[in-house]
Amino acid sequence: MIDREMPYKPIKAKILEVTKLTESEKFFRIELDGKVNLDHNPGQFVMVSIFGYPEAPISICSSPTDKGYFDLTVRNVGVFTNKLHQLKKGAVIGIRGPFGKGFPIDNMFGHDVVIVAGGLGIVPLRSLIRYITHNRNDFGNVQILLGCKTSKDLLFKEETKEWMKRSEIKFNCTVDKSDSEWEGNVGLITTLIPDVDINTARTYAVVVGPPIMYKFVIMKLLEKGIPENRIVVSLERRMRCGLGKCGHCQIEGKYVCQSGPVFNYSELKDFKGECNEKAS
Amino acid sequence: MKYAVINKKDLNKWIEHLNKKTKLYAPKKKENLFVFKPIKDVKEVCLNYIPTILPPKKYYFPQNEKLLKFNIDPFKAEQAIKEFEDFILFAVHTCDIAGIQCMDVVFREDPVDSNYLNRKNKMTIIGMECSEYCDKYANCTSMGNHVPKGGYDLMMSDIGEKLIIHINSEKGEKLVQRLPYIKEADAQDVALLEQLRERKKTLFKEEFAGSLTQVYEAFNEHFDSDVWKDVGRRCVACGNCTAVCPTCYCFDVVDELELSLNEGVRNRIWNSCQMDDFAKVSGGEDFRKGRDARQRHRYYRKFKYPVDKFSRYFCTGCGRCTRTCMSEISLIETVNSLISEERKGELK
Repeated sequence: MIDREMPYKPIKAKILEVTKLTESEKFFRIELDGKVNLDHNPGQFVMVSIFGYPEAPISICSSPTDKGYFDLTVRNVGVFTNKLHQLKKGAVIGIRGPFGKGFPIDNMFGHDVVIVAGGLGIVPLRSLIRYITHNRNDFGNVQILLGCKTSKDLLFKEETKEWMKRSEIKFNCTVDKSDSEWEGNVGLITTLIPDVDINTARTYAVVVGPPIMYKFVIMKLLEKGIPENRIVVSLERRMRCGLGKCGHCQIEGKYVCQSGPVFNYSELKDFKGECNEKAS
Repeated sequence: MKYAVINKKDLNKWIEHLNKKTKLYAPKKKENLFVFKPIKDVKEVCLNYIPTILPPKKYYFPQNEKLLKFNIDPFKAEQAIKEFEDFILFAVHTCDIAGIQCMDVVFREDPVDSNYLNRKNKMTIIGMECSEYCDKYANCTSMGNHVPKGGYDLMMSDIGEKLIIHINSEKGEKLVQRLPYIKEADAQDVALLEQLRERKKTLFKEEFAGSLTQVYEAFNEHFDSDVWKDVGRRCVACGNCTAVCPTCYCFDVVDELELSLNEGVRNRIWNSCQMDDFAKVSGGEDFRKGRDARQRHRYYRKFKYPVDKFSRYFCTGCGRCTRTCMSEISLIETVNSLISEERKGELK
């Protein structure tokens, strides 16, 4: 949906719904002008504009099978996200995109899928999880491992309860630090991996989380025997254009906004610099 | 091959003629250096100049470029500039023409950047071949940019009393047609050009201690070299090297609001990978921490990444980054140290 004549022109969109998920994260349901479908792939992102503020790349957290709208979940950490958090239902924003390469859905068909989400990593992964649940019979066994700092940081509480109840999805959650409200697992996300039942011949692992998490999770997955090209990650970078030009998101010769944000581990491991996600 | 000639004493007449028809930017003196500027008086034009402070990229990739005009309420976004003006870049050195060719490749790559192309399409390039080295900072010979190799409409070369003009496009041909003082070159003129090129073969020597293939190999091998640590220790992160580089195009996008706080423009401004927040995300993670990593990145964006991606070196050899560096980091020295680096394996 990039306007070739005006690649920097955002299209008008309306906030249909704002939900506070935690102290720092809000969920936004967005409708494009004319109720046009965004037509994205799970794992892609959009550039969000509030005129007068710097445009920002935000992961799409709904599935393309959710029609008529799309969802974003945003942590309040900077100038732009702070402003976005102030917006209410009905507010108008600008959208460019979708950009980048999403998760390799087509290649994942017919495979088992292990989804490992750390912290905000569940946001882009929600697009994949929803896509899979809407096309459940295209995939083999599906397991979701979710980790966050404390129970207060858990995103999509209602939905995760839903996932926990479903029989055709195995869902497991852990917090780094327990509190009185938490009754589940305690420990880093890596503690969940040894118990995961994996048929390495037919499994895709999709991992999204903070840079530090990748090193350890990928190590555990490799130990399990999942091949490098079937371990999939999504990287966060500073971005200004989404068109592979502005230079901010570059890792070596690759622009994350165009070649990524999704990479597989065999691509990731060859990056020498600028890649804090790599197991060193 | 089509050549025209003009007598040097008629040159100002020609520039005046061009300047009357189309906006013309040419090199002129600024204190002890040179700059590309619009020309008011043809006498200001300086054909014998060392690379200008900024390359002519400021005219096809401006420091501050309007991308959009917007309205907050009601929401509206439209092209900020509808008409682009024809312009001539006059007396551009071959190194800077190589820079334009690099930028073309970047902005033409899908998804194309129409903002760049809109300007580029209005540009006519009249080159000026160097007969001698500008100074000790240039490495144009190693980059193969000391002689013309396309990318221009006309190219002037000094053959003594006259300038011989290579006509390289229809657009260029029109600029030399039907002028009493510009004639078709004869065999003797062309022979003089050949002599100039022969003389340049002995005058211009490869500045790097190895071939470009060896340079590329050195970059392949020595990502973790101490050379980068050394460059990083000396760098003061001023960003001058990237601002003056004819192939640096990294940018930021910023909005500027009118006093009404309802209308504004979205601008593209030059940015530099040498700034410490360049690869930092809001959460605080910095993906290119340290001046050594950032300087290395700059060098790899000239000698490695674009070679892999576009089969093209993004160093033009103009020498500006060295000329402008406050801590005297020399590109030639850096590349040469990298070439002479012992392989890490051999050290161990």
